[in-house]
Amino acid sequence: MLSIARSVAAKDLRIEWRAKVLVNQVVPFAGLVLVLFAFALDNGGVVSQGDVRESVTTFVAPGLLWLAVLFSLLLLVQRTFALESADGALDALRVAGVDPGGIFLGKTAALFAELIALELFLTLGVIVFYDVRVRPAGAVLLVTVLISATAGLAFVGTLYGGLTAGAKGRETLLPLLVFPVVAPVLLGAARATEAALGTGGAAVSEGWPWVGLLAVFATAFGAAGTVAFGPLLEE
Amino acid sequence: MSTTASESSALTAPAGEGRRSHRSATSTPFTRALGIATIVGMVWLIGFGLLVSPPDSLQKDSVRIMYVHVPTVYLAYLAFVVTAIASAGYLWKRTRSLVWDRIAGASAEIGVFFMAIALVTGSVWGSISWGTYWVWDARLTTTAFLFVTYIGYLAVRRLGGSHEARARRSGIMALFAVLEVPLVHYSVEWWRPLHQTKSVTTGEIDGLMLFSLFVGIVAFTLFYVWLLLHRQRVLHMEDAMDERGLELALAERRSEGDT
Repeated sequence: MLSIARSVAAKDLRIEWRAKVLVNQVVPFAGLVLVLFAFALDNGGVVSQGDVRESVTTFVAPGLLWLAVLFSLLLLVQRTFALESADGALDALRVAGVDPGGIFLGKTAALFAELIALELFLTLGVIVFYDVRVRPAGAVLLVTVLISATAGLAFVGTLYGGLTAGAKGRETLLPLLVFPVVAPVLLGAARATEAALGTGGAAVSEGWPWVGLLAVFATAFGAAGTVAFGPLLEE
Repeated sequence: MSTTASESSALTAPAGEGRRSHRSATSTPFTRALGIATIVGMVWLIGFGLLVSPPDSLQKDSVRIMYVHVPTVYLAYLAFVVTAIASAGYLWKRTRSLVWDRIAGASAEIGVFFMAIALVTGSVWGSISWGTYWVWDARLTTTAFLFVTYIGYLAVRRLGGSHEARARRSGIMALFAVLEVPLVHYSVEWWRPLHQTKSVTTGEIDGLMLFSLFVGIVAFTLFYVWLLLHRQRVLHMEDAMDERGLELALAERRSEGDT
């Protein structure tokens, strides 16, 4: 199963490397979302909590970072399953008797790698546009949050991408299905990122319980997805 | 409603043609009795809820919203539990039958309907007693997410493909929803740890009010079972019509080939 996962992931990343959809379309889109958030929210106001005073965008930056990731997730999931449903690629994999659990893990791994690359860019964007500072003490937490939250997002994205693959109207259906499910990830990741960045004077230690939630989420959907992906694909 | 439908079917369908898939009505003597019991229960609820039960000492008459709000919430949750069990019934190979799938679909539709009523009555009640339509309380937020999730579930049921594909896809999704609910609930609870305490279990409620609530739960449960049976049979007919439509289209194509 793992060798299949490795070759599926390598295939997806090779396609991405050659087509450069992530770099040319999704990353600019995510950057644009950050700019639009600033247009929508930065009315020159200042938020003060305790003795900390921050501009509105700095205060809400962790939440906006993860919202931008969520929007981009939809684009990437649609892209990764458009590849599979074109020319009946998924049917071919199925007919060839490839283990569906392996396909699931492989596609999740590729999506995970793409999301991490996107998030690194977005974190830079948040630092530049929203005047956010990363403290050395929060850096470890920030990296852990990025990894655990992204794992959960990648599992759910692949799972529901597979569920709607090849169906009519999947572009509009996917957000309706994915967003309610990943709501705990948005909540946990935003709160933990606030702790890591010290938004509103939050302490780093406040973030770790949320990482626990993110890890439980990723484990639950990873396990469920590996089991369920096979029955989802056979039609 | 059910009586007239079955009378008209008795007029059109010749006696003895008792095959399920060709029935033109969804009622049986049992559901008719159930329908009458539902009406009696609802009338009883209206009497107890609006007239007999006393107004609350603090909330005055607005407490009467409870007699609709609590039963509909409870029934929506019950309906979603039935959907999950029926989905498991389909997915488990030994009990695999499309009947399970249709029960799951019918129950989810009714659950979404009741949950919409519960959310509307709840926010009206909230605006009267808390002064706001909505609070980000764990129970409210989880309920709202459930509502959206099952709207998505119903959309997945309409994706098309064979009946078996629909059953498998939506069955798996119904089980994912079971996974999602505790995660959403605990994360929101953690986020906003403020709570409305349950008053039913702490014994603060007036006896007659509790009895009216009980009447409401019984009446709405009867209503749910009645709706479920009818809706399940309608879905059965729709599936049968799909299959027949396909057979007819095939026959037409074949006859075109012959000439």
